Amino acid sequence: MLLALWDHRIQAAAVLLFAVGFVTLLLHRNLLKKIIGLNIMDTAAYLFLTSVGYIAGRKPPIITGGDRDPASYVNPLPAGLVLTGIVVSVSVTALMLALTIRLYRRYHTLDLDQIYQMALGEQEEGK
Amino acid sequence: MSFAANFPLFCIVLALLCAVVSGVLRWRAAAILTEVMAAAVAVMSAFVLALALRTGQSTSYPMGHFPHPWGNELRFGILEPLVSGVFSLVLLCCVVGGRKALNRDTEPEKRNLYFSMVDLIQASLLALVYTNDLFTGYVFIEICTIAACGILMIRQLGRTTLASVRYMIFSLLGSGLFILGIVYLYSITGHLLMPELKQSVGELWQSGQYRTPLRTAIALITLGLCIKSGLFPFHFWMPDTYGYSTPCSAGILSGLVSKGYIFLLIKIIFDVFGTEVFYASGMQTVLYVFGVAGMVFGSISAMRENDIFRMIAYSSAAQIGYIYMGIGLSPRLGIVAALFHTLTHALTKPALFLSASRLSEVSGGSKRFKDLQGSAHKNHAAGAAFAVGSLSMIGLPLTMGFIAKYLFALAAFREERFLIPTLLALAISTVLNTFYFARTLIRVYNTRDLGAVKPVGLGSQKRFAAAGALLAGLNIFFGVIAQPLIDLLTRGVALLAG
Repeated sequence: MLLALWDHRIQAAAVLLFAVGFVTLLLHRNLLKKIIGLNIMDTAAYLFLTSVGYIAGRKPPIITGGDRDPASYVNPLPAGLVLTGIVVSVSVTALMLALTIRLYRRYHTLDLDQIYQMALGEQEEGK
Repeated sequence: MSFAANFPLFCIVLALLCAVVSGVLRWRAAAILTEVMAAAVAVMSAFVLALALRTGQSTSYPMGHFPHPWGNELRFGILEPLVSGVFSLVLLCCVVGGRKALNRDTEPEKRNLYFSMVDLIQASLLALVYTNDLFTGYVFIEICTIAACGILMIRQLGRTTLASVRYMIFSLLGSGLFILGIVYLYSITGHLLMPELKQSVGELWQSGQYRTPLRTAIALITLGLCIKSGLFPFHFWMPDTYGYSTPCSAGILSGLVSKGYIFLLIKIIFDVFGTEVFYASGMQTVLYVFGVAGMVFGSISAMRENDIFRMIAYSSAAQIGYIYMGIGLSPRLGIVAALFHTLTHALTKPALFLSASRLSEVSGGSKRFKDLQGSAHKNHAAGAAFAVGSLSMIGLPLTMGFIAKYLFALAAFREERFLIPTLLALAISTVLNTFYFARTLIRVYNTRDLGAVKPVGLGSQKRFAAAGALLAGLNIFFGVIAQPLIDLLTRGVALLAG
C-alpha cells in the first residue's frame, strides 16, 4: 500500500492538492481565497495529467533528428489537454475576479457572509 | 453521406459565429440574429432527425477527416437532434417572450452582449448534445458556465451579482470534479473518444483491473454533473440564481442549461461507462436516493416561499430530483422517463418564469403572493400560460407532466426493490406540488377585492403571447399525443445504447 503510494507520489500529491483547493473554494468565506482555491484545484488536475503524460526516458514529440519511431516520444495529447485546461481556468478566474471587484465596489468587503447579510438588508429596504 | 449529416456541425458553428458577430452589432440586430439562429437550428435539427429516422442508426461525424481514434467527432442518433431541436425552440421562446423584461433589466449599450452570451449558450448546449469526445464536453461545459454567468450578471442588482458568484462557485466545484474524473479515466484507458472509452472501460471492468480508479472516475464525473445541474443537496444556488435574474435568463438557465448537463450525463452513462458497468458501480442508487430526497425537500422549500420566482426555482430543484430518480431507476424505461421529463421541464419552466414576470408586472412589480391577488384577470395571456405550466408541474392529465409521472411509475413496476419508495415519493411529491401550485393559481385567479380592472390586451404583448402559446401548446400537444414522442425516445435510447 505505502509502496504503491510512493510509486504514484506525484498523483497522490495532485489529489491532495485538489482536495485542498476544493475545500477552500467550497468553505472559505473570503472571495479572493476562494479564487485561489479554485486555481489550486484546477492546477492539481493539470499536475495529475502532466505526470501521467510523462514517460521517463522518452523525448518530447518534436522530430529534430532522424528518429521517426513513435516509441521514442511521449504522447503530445496530455500536454495539449493541459494547455486547453489552462486557457479555461484563466478565463474562469478572470470572470470571478471581475465579479469580486463588482461586489467589493458595492459592499466594501470580500467576506461572502457579510455581503449576503448586506444584500438581505438591501432587499428589505427596497420593499 | 447525406448532406444533412453536416448540419450538427453547421448548427454549432452558426451559433458560435452569431455570438462573435453580435458583439459588434446594435442590440436590436443582435436580437434578430439570435432569433433567426435559434429558428434555423431548430429547422436543421428537424432535417437531422429525419435523416436519423430514415437510416435508423447513429452516425459518427469525424471532424477534419481524422480517422479513429485520433480525431474529434460529433455523433448523432435520434435523441441528439430531437433534444437539440426542442432546446432551440425553447431558447427562441425565452428570447422572444422575455424581451420586455430584458429591456427593463439591462442597459441598452450592453444588451447586444446579452445576445452574444445567449448564442454561446446555444453553441455549447449543441456541442454537449452532439459531441462524441469527453474533453470537448468539458471545454463546452466551461463555456456554458461562463456564458450562463454572463446572462445572469447582466442584471446589475446586488442580489443578482451575489447569485452569480454563488452560481459560479458551485459550477466550478462541479467542473473541477468532472475534469478530475476525465483525467482519471484517461490515465487508465488512454482514450477520450466515447466508443473507445466504452470498450476500454468494459474490458477493464471484466478483468477487474484498476477497479478503484474506475469507480472513482465514475463517481467524480457523475457527481460533477449532478452539482452543476443542481441535484439535491447541491441546489442551494438555485433560488437566488433563478429568482433574481431577468426572466429570459431564468428560463434559459432552468429550462436548458441544467438539462444540457443532464443529457451529457445520460450520454456518458450509455456511451462511456456502458449501462452494465454504471448500474453495477452503485452510483445509480446514489442518484436515486438523492433524486427522491430532492423531489420531497425541493417541494417543501417551495411551499415555504413567499416569492413567486423563488417558489418556481425551488420547484425546479424538485423536478431535477424526478429526472435523477428516473436515471437511478433503470437503464431503459427509467431513462426514457427521465428524458421525457427533461423535455417536459424544458418546455414548462420557461413558460412559468415568463408568465410569472408578466403577472408580477401588472401587480405593481411585486413578486409577493399577497400582491399577486387577481393578477391573472389583469393579464389573461400570462394567467393562461401560468395555469398550463402549473397544471403540467402538478401532473394533471392532458399535460406532459402527467405522462412523465406515468412513465416513472411504469418504470418502477419493473424494478421490484424501487417500487414502493418510487410510488410513495411520486405520491408525496405530487401532493406537495399540488399544494403550492394550486395555492398560487387560486391566488392569481381570485377576484375578491379586485374592483374594476382593464386587462392588458394581446395586441400590446404579441411577442409574449406567441412564446407563451407555443410553449403551452407544445406542452398540451405532447400531453395528449404522447405516444409518438415516447416511441422516438425509446428508439433513441436503444440507438444510444448501441
